[in-house]
Amino acid sequence: MAPYESEKTPVEGAAGSARAARPRAGRRRAARYAVPVTVVGVAVATIGLVPALADSGDPDLPEISAQQLIEKIAASETEQLSGTVKISTDLGLPSIASGALGSFAPEGEGSSTADPQAKLLELAQGTHTLRVAADGAERAKLSVLGEASEYSLIRNGGDVWAYDSGSNEVFHAKGGAHESAGKDRAQKDKRQSKADDLPATPKAFADEVLKAAGDTTSVTVDGSTRVAGRDAYKLVVKPKASGSTVGSIQLAVDAKNGTPLKFTLVPAAGGSAIVDVTFTKVDFAKPAASTFDFTPPKGAEVTEADGLADAKDAPKDRPKGGDAPKFDGLPLPGIGDAATADGARTKVIGSGWNAIAEISTPGGAALPSGGEDVPGAAGQFLDSLGDKVSGKFGSGTVYSTRLVNALVTDDGKVYVGAVTKDTLLKAAEGAR
Amino acid sequence: MGTDDVGTGPAGPGAAGVPSAAGREPRWTWTFGLFRSELVMTFRRWRTVALLGVLAAVPLLVGIAVRIETGGGPGGAGAGPAFIAQVTNNGLFLVFTGLAATLPFFLPMAVGVVAGDAVAGESGAGTLRYLLVAPAGRTRLLLVKYAAVLTFCLVATLVVAVSALTVGALLFPLGDLTTISGTRISFGEGLVRTALIAVAVALSLVGIAALGLFVSTLTHSGIAAMATTVGLLITVQILDQIPQLHAIQPYLFSHHWLSFADLMREPVYWDDLVRNAGVQAVYAAVFGSAAWARFTAKDVTA
Repeated sequence: MAPYESEKTPVEGAAGSARAARPRAGRRRAARYAVPVTVVGVAVATIGLVPALADSGDPDLPEISAQQLIEKIAASETEQLSGTVKISTDLGLPSIASGALGSFAPEGEGSSTADPQAKLLELAQGTHTLRVAADGAERAKLSVLGEASEYSLIRNGGDVWAYDSGSNEVFHAKGGAHESAGKDRAQKDKRQSKADDLPATPKAFADEVLKAAGDTTSVTVDGSTRVAGRDAYKLVVKPKASGSTVGSIQLAVDAKNGTPLKFTLVPAAGGSAIVDVTFTKVDFAKPAASTFDFTPPKGAEVTEADGLADAKDAPKDRPKGGDAPKFDGLPLPGIGDAATADGARTKVIGSGWNAIAEISTPGGAALPSGGEDVPGAAGQFLDSLGDKVSGKFGSGTVYSTRLVNALVTDDGKVYVGAVTKDTLLKAAEGAR
Repeated sequence: MGTDDVGTGPAGPGAAGVPSAAGREPRWTWTFGLFRSELVMTFRRWRTVALLGVLAAVPLLVGIAVRIETGGGPGGAGAGPAFIAQVTNNGLFLVFTGLAATLPFFLPMAVGVVAGDAVAGESGAGTLRYLLVAPAGRTRLLLVKYAAVLTFCLVATLVVAVSALTVGALLFPLGDLTTISGTRISFGEGLVRTALIAVAVALSLVGIAALGLFVSTLTHSGIAAMATTVGLLITVQILDQIPQLHAIQPYLFSHHWLSFADLMREPVYWDDLVRNAGVQAVYAAVFGSAAWARFTAKDVTA
């Protein structure tokens, strides 16, 4: 017995110490695994907190009235700037339709991917990062940043270049067509063209808003904010009457030089912004001259605008109110009438935010944007997107997006406006 | 495999050096010796040489294909890796095309193979315990392993870049180039940007290297670790393509890989490059520390 007992003791002892050691080792192991877990925690906290910390603390700016602020914007003579702009558009189109939207772009003879009109329509849906640079009225550049590619629109004096690096294609137009009209006129023209070329800056949007403001609109200053690291005032523009799809338009205006830095269009129905254009980076120093230099790279396919004169000149010949070519066919409030001004029989019903354009076309194949004919297949496709309605105006189809509602009646009339569906139908009934 | 004899290599100088130094300060020359032997072991493997050969062949194939397709004339627009339309005009663009073609799969796969094998391979071959007999310490051994994998990331990227540059120079003209923003830069500056792009691409692989090393500490089978790492790579690449998952995509290690192209913008667009570096750093920290926790606590039986 003794040998067994004497053997048993060490075995028991070993087992005991092993049992004691295991939890200790386990604890040590757990302590080691705490390191990666902590790292994950710190990373998550950093991702969550840093933007929140960066956002906190609106700047302390002296009080300013809405009138003063609008004057400040109007007086703003920012000629030189460069920066990065983020533009998000959510018109509530089905994703399939936004693909079709691109196919509505006038392609015709020279379907170069560098053609500005085709490219700028792409901006009407989704989120895009743009770079803008301007040096006076003569030189401006707008680049749409793509994945490993870039689309640049460059105005340098009398030349307008468009370069699509993805396909290595170049589009070229001579901008000095109106030289005979005298220097002042030419200067003004170039300014105008500059606005045409750079519709994506908050400034262009601000101009639209100021044009639309009247006694139907409340304009207030709503504190201050920071945009792209600069102190800014917040200007809120709201329709007074109900019925518009537009809830409010918010602008952030640089407190120093009055340049609009952020534009947000919030729908009345709530939800995310319909259009949000923000400078994420901005610099008011003179951009390097080389920014605007462009020579087509060797081997690039160059399309000259001369062959496409009609397509290119069309937007420039439009009335002044329509100078937001990027949103051709997507009328902004207040310019809905102007954007469809090509149509001879356009009537505006109502005023202010609830204005509705009535377009009469004989064929009944009118698009909300007017002007362009819809290919048959696309027409059928459009039909499938709408709701059938009927009333005093007969029967028709209503197409809804988050911003614009359009009624196409079966006898070929189109009612379109940035108003709710009910308001649109009521107006259409009243028009009879 | 010649792994056995090479694997015990570092133990030699270590065993000789330790008693005299009497285990006081960390011996950096000693660590360097361990690192050097690890590098020699990694790059002497036929497997590694074959991987590098495949990587070098990709730009060659792309270059020849573009050359035949266009007959030296202007390239047509079309689908394909980024920058491919510009290759015919400037051979330097073949570097970017080559990197864009290999970065989604070939490069990370090669890194996954090397990283996955780093610990599990030694474990499977029975050489790991010999390495641990030397008083290197597990932490230092793991760091050396990771450093060797990172070196492989850089070397693999450079192999693609140099091969592409050579093929580009032979098949296409060189000279001033147009950035994707439309401005012109000199050939010299183009070369500087190419070097920066190579560094950016190598940095993009830091995350999967750490992931592979962690997987490697989980198993005794080198093949299993490699397969798991490459499998994870494919899974993440697929997840990155599904639009409904856009909320998590910015945190996937492969999401910002193509940001190296931002170095070809004028001025350089740093946002995504910085984001990519951040994501890689987080992956390296998380999986590096997880690998450390696992490796220092695990029972090494083989």
